[in-house]
Parts: sequence; structure tokens; C-alpha cells
Amino acid sequence: MRIRIRFHKKGKIRFTSHRDVARIWERAFRRAGIAVAYSQGFSPRQKLSFGLALSTGHESEAEFLDVDVVDDRFCDEEAWADDRGVALGAELVESLSAVLPVGIDVVVVAPIVKGDSLQQAVVACTWSMDVDDIDRADAEAWVADVLSRAEIVVERERKGKPVIEDLRPHVHALDVTGTTETGVRLLADLGTQPRALRPSELLTAVDPPLTARTVCRMNQWTSQGADREEPLTAPVSPAPPARMPA
Amino acid sequence: MSSLWSELERVLGEVQKPARYIGCEDGMTVPDHHPDAAAWLLLYPDTYEVGLPNQGLQILYEILNERPDAVAERSYAPWTDLAEVLRREGLPLFSVDTHRPARDFDILAFNLSAELVYTNVLECVDLAGIPIRTAERADDDPLVLVGGHCAYNPEPLADYVDAAVLGDGEEVVGEITEVVAAWKAAGGGPRAELHRRLATVTGVYVPSLYQATFADGRLQGVRPVPEAVEAVDVVEKRTVADLADWPYPKQQLVPVTEVVHDRLNVEVFRGCTRGCRFCQAGMITRPVRERPADQVRTMVSEGLRRTGYDEVALTSLSTADFSGIEQVVAETVADDACGQVSVSLPSLRVDAFTVGIAAEIQKARRTGLTFAPEAGSWRMRQVINKLIREEDLYAAVESAYSQGWRRVKLYFLTGLPTETDEDTLGILNMARRCVEVGRQHIRNPSVTVSVGGFVPKPFTPFQWFGQNTETELRRKVGLLRDELKRDTKGYRGVQLKWHDPRATAIEGLLSRGDRRLGPVVEDVWRAGGVFQEWSEHFNLELWTDALERQGLTLEEMVYRHRTEDEAFAWDHLSAGLHRDFLWQDWRDALEAVGLEDCRWTPCYDCGACTGYGIEHVVASAVPPAGGSQGTGQDLTAGGEVPVMLTSRPDTSRPDTPVPAPVGGA
Repeated sequence: MRIRIRFHKKGKIRFTSHRDVARIWERAFRRAGIAVAYSQGFSPRQKLSFGLALSTGHESEAEFLDVDVVDDRFCDEEAWADDRGVALGAELVESLSAVLPVGIDVVVVAPIVKGDSLQQAVVACTWSMDVDDIDRADAEAWVADVLSRAEIVVERERKGKPVIEDLRPHVHALDVTGTTETGVRLLADLGTQPRALRPSELLTAVDPPLTARTVCRMNQWTSQGADREEPLTAPVSPAPPARMPA
Repeated sequence: MSSLWSELERVLGEVQKPARYIGCEDGMTVPDHHPDAAAWLLLYPDTYEVGLPNQGLQILYEILNERPDAVAERSYAPWTDLAEVLRREGLPLFSVDTHRPARDFDILAFNLSAELVYTNVLECVDLAGIPIRTAERADDDPLVLVGGHCAYNPEPLADYVDAAVLGDGEEVVGEITEVVAAWKAAGGGPRAELHRRLATVTGVYVPSLYQATFADGRLQGVRPVPEAVEAVDVVEKRTVADLADWPYPKQQLVPVTEVVHDRLNVEVFRGCTRGCRFCQAGMITRPVRERPADQVRTMVSEGLRRTGYDEVALTSLSTADFSGIEQVVAETVADDACGQVSVSLPSLRVDAFTVGIAAEIQKARRTGLTFAPEAGSWRMRQVINKLIREEDLYAAVESAYSQGWRRVKLYFLTGLPTETDEDTLGILNMARRCVEVGRQHIRNPSVTVSVGGFVPKPFTPFQWFGQNTETELRRKVGLLRDELKRDTKGYRGVQLKWHDPRATAIEGLLSRGDRRLGPVVEDVWRAGGVFQEWSEHFNLELWTDALERQGLTLEEMVYRHRTEDEAFAWDHLSAGLHRDFLWQDWRDALEAVGLEDCRWTPCYDCGACTGYGIEHVVASAVPPAGGSQGTGQDLTAGGEVPVMLTSRPDTSRPDTPVPAPVGGA
């Protein structure tokens, strides 16, 4: 039975890499005694599939993991569907939370039907970015500048070759949502197809380049528009959608 | 709360692999620092990935944190990028557990497991904000201690450490804690007085209480200074008599980021009496102390459950020698509660590796198999007393390939005493035969040959041997490479790797060096020579320049054979081994006379047991089955081969020194 897990990655543990997180999960399933399907072959591995990689150092409230559980306790489709589902979910969350490091917290779990991989399904992410040493007015002007541009052309290296790319279509939304003690907080919806635009790329694409002290992925979206959806909704309401460009 | 975390988290985004510095391991302790407790910072002077798995450090970490009068945290050498950032930001070295400044601890205790990390020790002490030279430290600066195998000759660091601790750490750390805690409780005082108190603890060597004397450019001896009444003439090592009393680590640390040996490690025995003459570990950790098989099983099953690892290594100096190894492996693999577990057995002797073991460990995922024949001919193996026959190797390799392995790794040493080019080339011959054995079972078997230059170590029979020069080692590696090129078809499936002969030269320098090397290590560090065991950072020129400034040469310090009565820099320290036993073993080596394993044969009185009133702790009175080991060995077979200690002076290579004759024969 395929189960999707939504989890947070916050605090010190945010400095681990995407690969590190995958290994933490492999051990967590074994430590929790939850039987998981293994791949065949010379070097069998647990069948885990993660969504879009999160840059090392970024926090997240919206990480996802699909796992093929073969543990009888969690493989009763009817139980998941009826009123036993909540308790089943709670049991799974509890047993995983007990063995995960501080900062990786399971938010919600649910069985899913096998379909598109997370990586294929997600079309955009919402990012919260705290930028220091800039006041609100300058930040508003910077945002307006980005949104007013028809294109934001950058040259970057890909497999050793220079590639010209327009980032502007990937900027679905961008706004200043508040101030912090040392700067401002920006919220951005950035496209992920065919390639995910990283928050740091956006911040350095136009002058003056900005650096974020902390970046947190708030949501991953599988569809666009007013009634857009997440791969698995957190029990709390998601962050309000950022201002759409004019 | 003195945590640097809020400062650190602002800069960790700038450095590679920031997860090295966050701690967060499962099994980590957040200790309660209080004025009555001796605060230890256990440091591994290499990267986190290399240092975290170190079992010695983890054992002491737990033992200390269990004591009411001690707390312990850990730190590892920051990579050069973080070191730069720390200096730029004015931040000190910190613990990974609570990110507490290193200077806030009472003791900085370094694990010295390799010579090339010495400059990193100075780097860490400096980053901690502490004077690197002991004489310049203030009364309230932390103590700088070193332990681990290289602490058996700490003389190159004598002016930089407050004390060196010899042998097993389990008991002695408690005694040091008592001295330091009492010292703190009494309000401290002059550092020299603390040094004297530390010197009263058996196994603790305080270099400031000893003086090295030199004449004609050679060491005459290291003796207590007259006023240091606490300093003994010879500092003896510490040995725990029974491993069963020390089932540590109980909570092996599970890192959140990838490290080397990223698996559960269970030490199945300590010590080794096979008597390989090149092997310092086998000499200084005697006698053999096996952990009871029941305790091994418990540590494995509880450890796997607790950590979530799917691989366990049964560690020791020669794991296949463990009594009942096959049963322990079989039970581990069959334990359903642990899931699919693979067992790795580092340090396998080929004469004790059987189809039975191969069949058991391949049930789960196969890990790599490494064997260490060490030398390419029977004569050479008699010289080094690694008495495994070629048939043993082929049988072991056959066991492996027939059980489905495709890749086998073989470790060899080159630059051994009396080695001829024929011995060196024998390495490839053995590798080729292994591939042939493999072809009978699978397509395209692969054998990786890893060749390291031999470094003579203190407290071994080879401590008198003049190490092969860098040039000579380079020539030998060249021989192997040329031979591979000469017959690429014949050696298909054989890959060759080798250790940098330049690094081997410096390892040799520090291995048997004396106090005159202190300024050399310091110079190299000041010139930016950190992480010298990393090939991208190793810089021979820094070392040769520093040697020249001190008027020292590799020829005198490393490449020269030493005479029977010559003073060693470690003569005032003892691993229990009688010097005359080692000398006799050295003479036997030159005659290619082997020496059987004393665990199953009568005592040779090397001194390790008798001197300390301890004995082997072995569950089985007979050698494990397999190969030629045990009484069936024909130890004299190669005895008639005329052997003389000589290198081959090569007229085409004028820089090859002709070693001085060995005296005292």
C-alpha cells in the first residue's frame, strides 16, 4: 500500500542534504519496525520516493515522501477508508515521530493511489524568504521591478555548457508579506516545470541581488489557480496565496 | 547558556557539507555542565565523516557521560572553509553537541589514529583560542591530551600537549576525571602542579616533566627532570582485562549525514597475537581479549533495532579469528527482528575465511570483501610473520566468488624489510591467480590491488628498520604499473591502486620522530598545511622545507637503519613488550623465521601479559577451522632462502641511499 507522508524540516536538521534525509527515513522505517517494500536485485533498497529536492540549508513545511508499506497493520484499505482511518494515521505518525530526529516532524499521512511521481505532479512551490538589511519600501520596489519585467534572462552553466534561460515565466507570484527585526519577509510562488526555479536564483537574478537569511518551502502545488491543490494537505490551513502578478 | 549556535547558523550556509557541524545524532547527549564536573571535549582531528564512527571516541563519550563527576561533548576538525569563516567572524572551535566554545571545557582530548593529523591538532587548539605550546598556556586554559595508537610515540607533539595517555581508555579517563574534578573543586592553581598530579595516574605521560637529551645530532634519551618526583622512568600502558566489563558503546551514535563506516560496529575482540611484525596495532594491544559471544549477539541485535542500520561490522584486528564467528554471523543474519541485515567483517585473514562464513554473510546484501595478504611471496610473508599460504588466499577467494561476490580487494605492503623486486612483482602474480580462480565461477571477476608503502612503527620488531625512500617506493610502484602495462591482457580484471609515497615518507618521519619534530609540525601548520592526510591538501614541500629549517633530513630521521642499542624516542614509554623480545623477533624476521600465534601455543614472554598480570581471554582453546592456520603450518619452509637486510643500491639512481648495516647481530 502506497502511503504519502508530509513532513517538516526545520531547525539544525535543515543543514542536512536531500540524500541525508532519504537515509534518515530509511533508518526510521526500520527503527519503527514498519515493514516497507524493497527493490529487487543485487543491492535491495527500500522503495521510497521523495518529491523535489530541497536545497541544503532551506527549511520546509511541505516535504513529501511516498512509501510502499507492506506492514499488515497499515495495509487494510477498508480501514483507511472508514472511521478507523484517523486512528491508523495517528498510529503511523506516532511511531515515526518517535524515531525521527528533532526538526523532522510528520504532519499528516494518507494512503494514495499509485500515479504520477511527486516530482512529475508538482508544478509550483510557495517559498517564504527572510531577507536582511533591506527596508520595506526598497523591498516593495524590488518586487515591483521583478513583476514588471517581460523577461528575466540569465545565463547559467548546465553540464558544462552555457544556457540562456528566461526565469520570468517561473515567477508565478511574488510579494512582501511583512517585516522582520532585521529586514523583510518575501513570499514567492515559483514554477517547477520543466525545471524548478530556486529561490536563490530569483533573488540574484535582478539588481540589487538579495540574499536570504532563511528560506522555507511553505507549499508544493500540483495544480494552478484559485482552487489549486497540494499533494497532501496539512491539517492546518495552508499559507495564503501570494499576490498574483497583474 | 553558552551556545554559539545562533552565530553559527548564519555562516553554515557558506560552507560545504554543513551537516558536519550540527550534531543531532541519535544517541547524542546534551550534558548538564556544572562546576564540580570535569568537562571533556573529545576531539577527532579529522573531518566529521572520518571521525564520527571512531569507536574509541564514542566509548569514552558514553563512559564519561555516565559519571556524575564528568561531562563529555565532541568536536571534529572543521574543514578549511569553515576554519576560514570562524577566523573571519572571530568565532572559536565548538562542540557539535551543544555548540559550546571549546575553551569552556577543562580538557581537550584528541584521538591520534594517524600521523598526518598532527597539524590538525595544532589547528584545532588554535581555533579553540588556546596557545598551541604547552609552556605558553595559562593556568586556566584547558588541558590538551592525546590518546590512541599514535600516542605511543607522542614526542613530535611533546611541546604541544599537556599529557599523552597510553593504551585502553576505559578506566584511565575516570582517574583523570578525578584528578581534574578535585583540582577544580580546590579552585585550581599553577598548571605545573596539575601536570604533576596527572603524572601520578598510571598510563599518563606528561612530557613537560621529561627532558630529551641529544648528542651528535642523535637522541640520547628522554628522562624525567630531576625535580619531577612524580614522573616515573617508564610510563606503562593501560589495559582493560576483560572486554565483557565494557559493553560500549551502548548507544552508538547514528549521524544524520553520511560518514565512513556508516553502520553498526560491534567490537568482538581487542588485541591480536598473530604477531605480524609490521603491525603496530597487533603489538601494542596485546593480549587478546574476546567479548563473550552472548554479549556480541546482544549488542548486535539491540544495536540494529535501536539504530535502524541494516549493516553491522564485527570489528577487531582479525575478525575471522573470533571463536564461534560462524555462529554469531549466522544468528545475526537469521534474526528476523533485524530485517535484511548484511554483516561485514573488516580485517579478514584469508586462512580463516571459509565457505561457511562466505555463505552466511552473503544472505543479505553483499558488502565488499577485502583480504590482506600483505606481501607477494611466501618468503616475504615469513619475514613479516603473516603466515598465510597462497593456497589459503586462493581458497578464500574461491569461497567468495563461488558465493556470488564479483569484486575482491587485496591489500599489500611494499617497502618491507629484505623485499626484492621478485617479492614486489609477486603481488601481481597473486592478483592474476585470484582473477583466474574467479573466472571458474563468474564472468569478469575483478580484483583490486591496493599497495601501501610500509612505515616502521614504534613497539614493533621493525622499529629498527630504515624505511624505503620515497624514490625507492616510487620505483616499486612503477615496477607494478609497468608489469600491468606489459601484459594488459594477462592481467585483465586486475586494478592497481597505491598510496602516495610522499605521504608515506612523512608518516614515517612522524611515526618514529622525536621532539625535534615539534617545530617542524608547527611550521607546516603555520604555512597552512592542515588536512595532510587528504591528497588534495598534502604538500611534501612544506615538510621538507620545515625539516631543512631545523637542520633535519629524511635520510637521518626516516631512511636510516637503527642500531640495537640506539635510543628511541619512546623508550620511556611501554606497551609491555620487552625490547629484547622485539629485537629477537627482528633478527628472526631477517632470517625469515616465523613465529606461531601464542594464543594457541606456549608463551614467548613478549611481556604484554606477564608484565601486567593479565591473560588472553579466548573462548576457544583451539584455532578456528580453515586454511593452514594452527599447528599445521610449516614455518621453516622458506628458512633456507638466504636473506640479508639490504636494499639494492641502483647505480642509475644515485639518490637511493645505501642503508647502514644493522648492528648487534
